[in-house]
Parts: sequence; C-alpha cells; structure tokens
Amino acid sequence: MGRHFNKGGTAALLAATALAMAGCTTAGEERPATGAAPVAGEEPYASTYQAYPGQPTAIVGATIYDGAGGRIENGTVLFADGKVVGIGDAGLAIPAGYTRVDGTGRFVTPGIIDIHSHLGDYPTPSVDAHSDGNEATSPTTPEVWAEHSVWPQDPGFSRALANGGITALQILPGSANLMGGRSVTLKNVPSRTVQGMKFPGAPYSMKMACGENPKRVYGGRGRAPSTRMGNFAVNRETWIEAQDYMAEDDPDRDLAMETLSGVLSGDIMIQNHCYRADEMALVMSMAEEFGYKVAAFHHAVESYKIADMLRDNDVCSAVWADWYGFKMEAYDAIPENAALIQNQGACVVIHSDDENGIQRLNQEAAKAQADGRRMGIDIADADVISWITLNAARAMGIADMTGSLEAGKMADVVLWNGDPLSVYSRPEMVWIDGAMMYDMNDSAMRPVSDFELGQPGEGDVK
Amino acid sequence: MKRLLTLATFALALAATPVAAQDIAITGATVATGDGSDPITNATVVVQNGRVVAAGSGVAVPAGMQTVDGSGMWVTPGIFASITNLGLVDVDAVAQSNDVNASDSPFGAALDVSPVINPNAQDFAYSRAGGVTRASVMPGAGASIFAGQGAIVDLGADYDAVRHPRAFQYVEMGERGAWLAGGSRTSAHALLRNALLEAGSFGDAAQLTGGRKTDGNRLGQTIGLDARFTPDADRSSDVLLTRFDAAALVPVVNGEQKLYVGVERASDILSILALKEEFPALDMVLVGVAEGWMVADRIAAAGVPVISAALRDLPVSFEQLAATQSNVGRMLDAGVTVAIGGYDSSGDHPRGLPQMAGNMVALNRVPGATGMSWGEAFAAITSVPAAIAGLEGRVGVLAQGAHGDIVVWDGDPLETSSAPVRVFIDGVEQPLVNHQTRLRDRYRSLDESKLPRAYER
Repeated sequence: MGRHFNKGGTAALLAATALAMAGCTTAGEERPATGAAPVAGEEPYASTYQAYPGQPTAIVGATIYDGAGGRIENGTVLFADGKVVGIGDAGLAIPAGYTRVDGTGRFVTPGIIDIHSHLGDYPTPSVDAHSDGNEATSPTTPEVWAEHSVWPQDPGFSRALANGGITALQILPGSANLMGGRSVTLKNVPSRTVQGMKFPGAPYSMKMACGENPKRVYGGRGRAPSTRMGNFAVNRETWIEAQDYMAEDDPDRDLAMETLSGVLSGDIMIQNHCYRADEMALVMSMAEEFGYKVAAFHHAVESYKIADMLRDNDVCSAVWADWYGFKMEAYDAIPENAALIQNQGACVVIHSDDENGIQRLNQEAAKAQADGRRMGIDIADADVISWITLNAARAMGIADMTGSLEAGKMADVVLWNGDPLSVYSRPEMVWIDGAMMYDMNDSAMRPVSDFELGQPGEGDVK
Repeated sequence: MKRLLTLATFALALAATPVAAQDIAITGATVATGDGSDPITNATVVVQNGRVVAAGSGVAVPAGMQTVDGSGMWVTPGIFASITNLGLVDVDAVAQSNDVNASDSPFGAALDVSPVINPNAQDFAYSRAGGVTRASVMPGAGASIFAGQGAIVDLGADYDAVRHPRAFQYVEMGERGAWLAGGSRTSAHALLRNALLEAGSFGDAAQLTGGRKTDGNRLGQTIGLDARFTPDADRSSDVLLTRFDAAALVPVVNGEQKLYVGVERASDILSILALKEEFPALDMVLVGVAEGWMVADRIAAAGVPVISAALRDLPVSFEQLAATQSNVGRMLDAGVTVAIGGYDSSGDHPRGLPQMAGNMVALNRVPGATGMSWGEAFAAITSVPAAIAGLEGRVGVLAQGAHGDIVVWDGDPLETSSAPVRVFIDGVEQPLVNHQTRLRDRYRSLDESKLPRAYER
C-alpha cells in the first residue's frame, strides 16, 4: 500500500483523541448544538478563529430567503453578538441599540457555502510551486490533511467573499487518489494562518474519488488501480485494514488509520467525487459493506439517473449547474440534473470546484432552477437558495451552526443589491459571525492578500 | 410558448442537403439588434430569403408572410462565439476525439482546422441550443508558437459548417508561447520575427501574394488559392520553417490573413503592438489581454481589436497579475474594440457567453468597477466579435441584408433564467434536440415497473 506506519507517541491516547475531537462527535444534521467550541490543546492544529467585533444590526425592508426554504417580503433580519437574533416581517420589533441597514429593493440570504473548493491548496497564481492539492504518490492517502496545504494568502478567498458572498467553504484534497485525505472547513475570514480560518467545531470529512482519475493516475504508472474494479479492490482492502486496526487493543499510532477509523466510527464524513450513476450505486453498496455513510457525491453529473436511490440512502449530490463533456465520465451531464434530483426528493447542493465558479454559485443555482422550470419542474426560489446554503451545511455537518437564518445560528449573512438568482445582482454587504467583512460601498472593506500588495491592480475592485 | 415549440420538431441527424430558408416575421417581441443599442419593446423582425429585411418598431410585415406572435419573447441576432473549439472535440480528455492541439505535429502555422471540423460533435448542438449561431474555431498551439489557421463556422445542422476557412492565423506570445518556443519569451519573439521574415522572402521567391482575401465578400462559397499548395521555391538550408509553414504565413505577412496573437501581460501587449513598425501590413487581433486595461489607450491608438474573456479577476499567472472584471469595460471606455470570448474555466462553453455578458452589466452597479451597458454587453457577444472576424454588418446584427441568424428567447438573453426557444441560421429553423435533451426526456421519470429506462426514447 505504500503507506507509512509511523510509530511513536502514546498510541492509545492519541487514537482516542482523534476519535473524540471536539465538534466531531457525531456527523450530519443530528449533531447536537453543544460542544461547538473546541478547547485549545485537545485537538491538533485546532481552530484559533475568533469572530471579529460587530454591531447589533437590523436589516429592514429586504426580501429574505432564510436558507431553509422560507421567504419573507419586506422582512427584517436581526443579529447581535455574532448570532442571528431573529427574522420576521416588517412588524418585527427592533430592539434599542441596533444599527439599521436599509434593505429596500435588496435581498438577504444566509452566507453562501461552497462544499467543494480547492482555494488555498490550489491557490493562484497557479504555478507548480503552488500545486498542493493532490498527494498523488499513493492511491490511498487518508493520512494527509488538506489544512496542511492551505495557503491563507490565496487571493481567491477575497473574490469568493466579494463576488460570491461565500462565508464558509470546505477545502478538499484533489481527486487523484481513491482516498485523498481529510478536508478542512474554513470561515472565509482572512487570517495569517489556516488555524485562524478553521471553522470552529466543523467535523472533518475524508475525500474519496471513484472513476477515471485514480485509475488513470496510478494505472499510468503501472500500479493498482488501473481499472474501475481495481479502484474498488484497493478501497475494500483499505477498509478491511481499518477494521483490523480498530479491532486492535493498543494499536500503534497511524495517521491513515486514525482517519479511516474516524470514518467507520461516524465521526468523519465522506465526500465522494463520483460522476457515473452506476459507480455511485456501487459506492453506496461499499459503504453498506463497511458500515459508513457517504455525505455527498461530488460532481455527480449522473445523479439524475439514480435520484430515487440517492433519496432513499439520504446522500446529497453536490453538482455544477451545467458543466459537461470535459471527460468521458462527464459525457452524460445534463443541465436539468439538479432539478431532477430535487424532483425525486433527494438533496441538491450546488458546488464550484473552481476559483471562478465559487464567485457565482448563486448564478449557477439560478441556471439549474431555470433548466428545471423549462421541463416542467418548478422549484421555488427559496428552495433554490438552500442548495447553496443549508443543504451545503448539512452535507458538511455544520447545519446546526450556519446555513440558515435561524435564531441562535452564526450571523453569516449576505445582503445582495438585487435578487441573488439574477445575473445582475452582487453581494452588497457580507457579515460573518455578525462582523461586517465586506461592503461594496466602502473600498476599505475589501481584503487584499499579501501576494497582491505592490502589484499591478492592488486593491482594485476585482 | 407551446405554439412556438410545435414547429421545432426535427430529427437528430444533420441534413445532408441544404434545407430551404423560410420567410418569417416575428411581431410584438422585445428586439435587441446587437448593434449596441438598447432593446426595443413591441418590435418586429422580418427575415426573407435567409436575410434580415428589417428589425425595429413600426416595421411592416410583407403581405402573406408567416407571422409569429413574439409577445413575451426576446428576439436577437444569434450569439457569435469567438475562439472556440467547436467541432474539434467530442470529449476533451478522450485524446482520440480531440483535435485541438497537435502537440507532436511537424507543422505549426500550416495546420488548418477547416477540413476537420465535425458539426456532429455534441458541443455544436448544445451551443446551437444555447443560441450560438456562428463562431470562430481555433486550433490550440501544441508544438509551435503558431497554432495554425482558424475558421469561421455557422452552427447550422448541416455539413456546411465552415463558412470562412483559414480566416486567421493564431500565435501564442505570452507564457505559453515562451514555453512552446523553448523556455523564454526571447525565443518566442525571435521565432515570430524569423517566421515572418522567412515567409516574406519565401513569398517573394515563390511569387506568392497570399492565400485569399478575407475581405468577407467570399464567405466560403469561393474558396481561394491555398498558398500552401503552390510550387516550391528555393529555400536556403538554415530555415526554421517547413515549406508548408512558410507558405501558410505568406498571407499573414501581407496582411491578407488576420493574425490573432495570444497575449496577457501589459508589457507583452506593447511589444506586440510594436510589431506593426517592423511588419506594417500585419492585421492583428489581440486575444486574452487580461492586463489590457493598463495599456488601453495604446491599444486603442493602434486600432487593434481585442477578444477577451470577461470575468477573469485572479492573478492566475504572473502575466495576469492585474486581472480584473473591469478589464473589458475599461478598454471599451478607452476606445478599444472589445469582444467577449474565449474560456475562463473548465466549465465554460460557448453557450455561457450571455452569462458572461450579463455579469458585465451587473458590474456597473459595483462602485469603482467598470462594466458595460446592456447594449454594449450584448454587442460584445454578437456584432463586435463578428466585425472582428471580418463580418461587420453581415453577422451578429439585425440589420438589413444581414444573415438571418435569429434567436427567439423566453426572456432577457443575458439573464440566467433565459434560454432560446427557436433558433434560425440563414433563415433556416434549427433543431434544438441533442444528446442532453434526449437524456433529460428519458430520465424525466425513473419508473421501471414495466420496462427498463433503456426502452424509453
């Protein structure tokens, strides 16, 4: 397998720590709201993110999409101390001391969430020296953690904030490997360190990939896997290895096995790159064989062919609106994919996998909605917004903390200068944990990465 | 909308023989003519014998002409997609189906896409269904800084796609050109100059005056002499170009074939503009031009048009450090002729051009940014790219005598929610059925209680 079996440390203690990491106790939407704040020292590379100061704020007169399928005309959004206080219609009382923001003619959504990004681990400039997203030296690298590749100075974070209203995002390892390593979920707040961006309490996910990429990368080197059946064989052998590791009384420290046992224990979620319907069905069977759950299939261009199975297995599909044709397994991609998935009652997430696309997830969702409408599938605007907010949060295990404008959740809020489902609208203001991090009308409220200082176009609107 | 759709039932196979154009008038629609002006409400478009007769308000419908009620619809010229690989590829990552880059070819400038364009490629049909009616198709530079010769195509469902073969030569002069030239821009510049000088002297020796005029009076019906196939001339032993490549560059040196130059960095743009001093006949178009806004006045003064992707705003490379979504708008304001075209990212396809243009309109509402008016943005994907391709007034615009390339949309064409309802090319209504629409229809239901989905077609 080519995996290192590192020894050292107090194995049992550390393995237990990995399984009991704060914020990782359960996966998915059932996760209790308690224990969101990790205690420093308990978790390696722990989040040091702290919300920036904010004002108690009332956005009034806006159309509100609450992220959970609700829509309020001429509504009011209240937040204070980093949390949503409440939303309601024009009758909602505004407590004393709140700063009013005029939302007339504007729209409010929860912060937009991208479940599939490589910002930081494939940052711009896209030079070889920055290619840190695929540890393509072994088909299974559960031992790597994406956060150790993230360059916080990637200028892409600021574009995602200003143009896309992105407040949280999951950075995934690439798809060269069957098991690519751990993801990291970030707050889209600039920081000198990746720890300063880590979303407190977000569970880890492990990235998996099926199909063409792993078999091409490794088959091309004359080693397994070189076929789709090889993909499954290597995966299954690795899961068996993890089961054996978990059965040991006092196993030696093993980073790969710690991640895999975290998956089998339900503490670490699975984000599975997969295009073809038949392969997704096989992966769901593999998950059943070894007793884990796939949170979301990513790219999933053929989900529309098995949307009923995805619904029954409660697996989300994180998809593009209309990418197609760039590789064989994307040949049957259709723009009605998202609408057909939703129509079967399965979970839709619109993702980017792209430093440009992350700036326009709202437009991608709007296109997918319109393609559905043209074939007779009407999906309400407010439900479409959930594709890029609450559904993404669900599949990332952070839905109890963000993703909708529910009282008590993080005040991750975007004020748009028009309907976010229109091409003509842009974020006007973005708050993260109640702190204003972007204001279209104030050039001082636009972050500039170290890389861009003193360069042509520094501080330019982008 | 139903009444419009009923006419659009076609088989999937391409017509082997030309289909007759139909005379048609669309009334009561919102009409955007593509010339940069604002849309006109309650307007009429008349197409006769495959050509636009009139478009606007107060246009009379000729007696007896088939009339379609366009109320609630938008009618526009078809989208002109610049710098595409339409018909050159079925699946990008399936090498056998991909004719974009000829990385191991002995030839560069001599490569010509016109005989290999396949109008049955699905991207042709998808783009057509997205309202793209004409496009420039370009080879990728694989083995030489010279990618070869691009063509202008129409997207009609027939085998006469290539309307203007060898319309332009393409050369890479940025980072990619440097890499192809052997590792440095110095080599790319040396190769370019050497090639143009060799082509010039080769043309004299072979008594070649060029390929054929690209003045647009011949739209593929009369394909002129291809310089590459003329008799050899004496060549000295130290030449770098094959005879075939040298001959292909003769019309470039003579200014009879456009030279598209791929370039991003501000300083590189100026170096390319300076080429006109050495080779005054060059008829250049700049492609890419991410940092064009920094030297926009110089580009405008040189009178060289630009084709640029609109939404690049990241320092993807050291030649794009100043990339901004305001690039196109700022160049436009400086007086540069700018078309929106090319690909921004892996998900981009020609049918995404309206979204790109729509974002330019959105930008006008961002303080400090420079966007485009609706009319400017729509012109940048219709009449302007057509004019840059040498088809001014005849393509990409609803003007009298222009090709009858008409798209009827179910809403504002730049809006994400809109799509074409009917597409005409030279007055011929086009099928909008394709692999994607068939899959959509098959999987509308997942019911297999009687038979597998494989029987649903």
